[in-house]
Amino acid sequence: MLGLLLLVLVGAPAAQAFTHPPAHAMSATAVHQQTPTSVQAQEFDNRISGVLRGVDGPIADVTVTATGNGFDGEATSGPNGAWSIGVPEQGTYEVAIDEETLPEGIALAEGQENPREVTFANTSSASTLFLFGEGIVAQQTPFLETLAERALAGFSFGLLLALSAVGLSLIFGTTGLTNFAHGEMVTLGAVLAFAFAAMGLPIAVSIVLAVVGGGLLGYVQDAGLWKPLRRRGTGLVPMMIVSIGLALALRYIIQFFFGGATQQLPGSQSPIIDLGSVSISRNNLTSLVVSLVIILVVAFLLLRTRIGKATRAVADNPALAAASGIDVDRVIRIVWVIGGMLAALGGVLWAYYRPGVSYNMGQQILLLIFAGVTLGGLGTVFGALVGSIIVGLFVEISTIWLEADLKYVGALLILILVLLFRPQGILGRRERIG
Amino acid sequence: MDFGNILINAFGELISPTTAAYALAALGLAVHFGYSGLLNFGQAGFMAVGAYGYAISTLTFNAPLPVAVLVAILASVVFAIVLGIPTLRLRADYLAIVTIAAAEIIRYIVTTNGLTDVTGSANGLAAFEGGFFSLNPFSPGTYNVGPLAMNERDLWIRIVGWTVVIVACLVVWLLMRSPWGRVLKGIREDENAVRSLGKNVYAYKMQALVIGGVLGSLAGIIFTLPRGAVQPANYATELTFFLYTCLLLGGMATVLGPVIGAMIFWVVLSLTQGLLYGAIEIGAITFLSNSQAGQLRYILVGVALMLLMVFRPQGVLGNKKELAFA
Repeated sequence: MLGLLLLVLVGAPAAQAFTHPPAHAMSATAVHQQTPTSVQAQEFDNRISGVLRGVDGPIADVTVTATGNGFDGEATSGPNGAWSIGVPEQGTYEVAIDEETLPEGIALAEGQENPREVTFANTSSASTLFLFGEGIVAQQTPFLETLAERALAGFSFGLLLALSAVGLSLIFGTTGLTNFAHGEMVTLGAVLAFAFAAMGLPIAVSIVLAVVGGGLLGYVQDAGLWKPLRRRGTGLVPMMIVSIGLALALRYIIQFFFGGATQQLPGSQSPIIDLGSVSISRNNLTSLVVSLVIILVVAFLLLRTRIGKATRAVADNPALAAASGIDVDRVIRIVWVIGGMLAALGGVLWAYYRPGVSYNMGQQILLLIFAGVTLGGLGTVFGALVGSIIVGLFVEISTIWLEADLKYVGALLILILVLLFRPQGILGRRERIG
Repeated sequence: MDFGNILINAFGELISPTTAAYALAALGLAVHFGYSGLLNFGQAGFMAVGAYGYAISTLTFNAPLPVAVLVAILASVVFAIVLGIPTLRLRADYLAIVTIAAAEIIRYIVTTNGLTDVTGSANGLAAFEGGFFSLNPFSPGTYNVGPLAMNERDLWIRIVGWTVVIVACLVVWLLMRSPWGRVLKGIREDENAVRSLGKNVYAYKMQALVIGGVLGSLAGIIFTLPRGAVQPANYATELTFFLYTCLLLGGMATVLGPVIGAMIFWVVLSLTQGLLYGAIEIGAITFLSNSQAGQLRYILVGVALMLLMVFRPQGVLGNKKELAFA
């Protein structure tokens, strides 16, 4: 390790000398008028630097000058396009490229100031970038491409939100409960997958077991807690507060066993796949496909099977459903199991999306899940799907303009705006808002 | 294991400024939830608005203490009105989701790097408490309160904090036995009945939201002053849930309930921490690490919240007839 460090230290001046051969060549001829740039750079602690790079690669042998604070400095770009001018003090300098020294066919890009002012910002180095030709301005990819890329990522994120949101919405539809513990059901999926994988099981098996575990948690929750509460005739608001207590207890139980650190699932690093002009990481693409398939299966179950029809009947009117011979408690139990499984799968996908498994990861997206459910219309399953996709798209696309640490704010703001203008949500019905 | 010390620490929690802040914020929740039936899950947001309103006006605008407190109060009034306009006409669980979302929006905004100059982003703000402690009438030294020894700063913040709590309790008590308070309780019981009597239910709810929010913002200031720092991580949704635990412990439609609830909450947390850490120290418990013992206490909080809600929703002091829900 120390040897490596020494090697780097010894190598550095050599490399520097190598990058500035034209400067030395020049200074050899004009040694009396001007100090060589490489020496200059060592003489002064402060330096202005940059890299000249055209469409076809670095541009060498271009003269750059810096003037200001009673000082004149000059440098020539090396074979890698790098140039550096040492200056005696921090301050504002006028930096110019001698356009006559540019190779033929290369010109500064439109709107590039030359000369320009460069100011030190309390650091010993300042840099400025001269852009050449037209194409080079596209350091940022074209807007539409960025948009398409963000939209694809957002679609993937929205679908994984939808997995949890559909479960939450089914539970709300059949029992009226706003389940604040749903975030912990999401976390549990990821934590279980991590635990099984850590025991040496293949990741695919671990994920399946985690999903089964999520379904089990749903079953136990309903059997041990929610069904007895329904029997007692507990109101919806007390049940909601009970779910908050459950969320707190579960979150800290998970932290108790899992610890506070963030862990990675196997295969959390994945290569980027190019789809035409849009690129997406392989994990995100897999997540998109998996959640799309699962949601289609759930939709099929709801629309075409007996139990699905019974579920929708209970969601519509539990009393009427019971009167027409549907076992409401059994339907609700199945909804809890399916909701738990979907949430667990959503948690695994969320762990790949972030990436990382932590004890509070479910809590982080709980409000986005709520936003998706509310946006689509509380209690409507397809509304939850549509709402979640909108939330996912919005979160990812808003990062084009918003800082990344504000990306959830936009989604929460639409939640509030929707309630202002269309409280029943996109697919909801007026009567539900009470 | 030093039982005396554990008990003294627990007694310290009884009168600590954090307990006062929790009591005040929970009192605000009592106005919202206990008396008006408004399910505000964004009390942490109101506390953050108060704390940041105070800290930013002190640090960025060099405002004197009364102005800073006024700014904090006004900010929470504005926050309450902005929240209330879209949501007060909706069902209780919508209000819950919107208020919790709004509180998180506040937390994201004060955490963002783009506003580091004003909010200090994730590190928060510090060194704004000078104005408050320069008013301290006590000379430097050690003061004994019962078995507790504290310096003049600790004494001053405790006296101010609990005075605010007592005044707030009086105000809420007077409000709730006034005609205004009776209308509010009427709204909690049956909104439509009150509306049919010609009362503007929306306006009453909004006023209740503002009053409880102002209490929350004052609580935010009292919460940050002894720390001398305000950090966004302190104002996450858990804070609101802890406040609900305090409120339900004491009794949600009572004036003293939230105060007693906050005291019980912190004393129990302190006792369990003392006993668990003590037991680990002497080797009586070997299967827990210190941080796990910390988490065990919060598991207990969650379980307590569930059990309270199921078996004694009226809390220690409450009257079962005065519940915001059937």
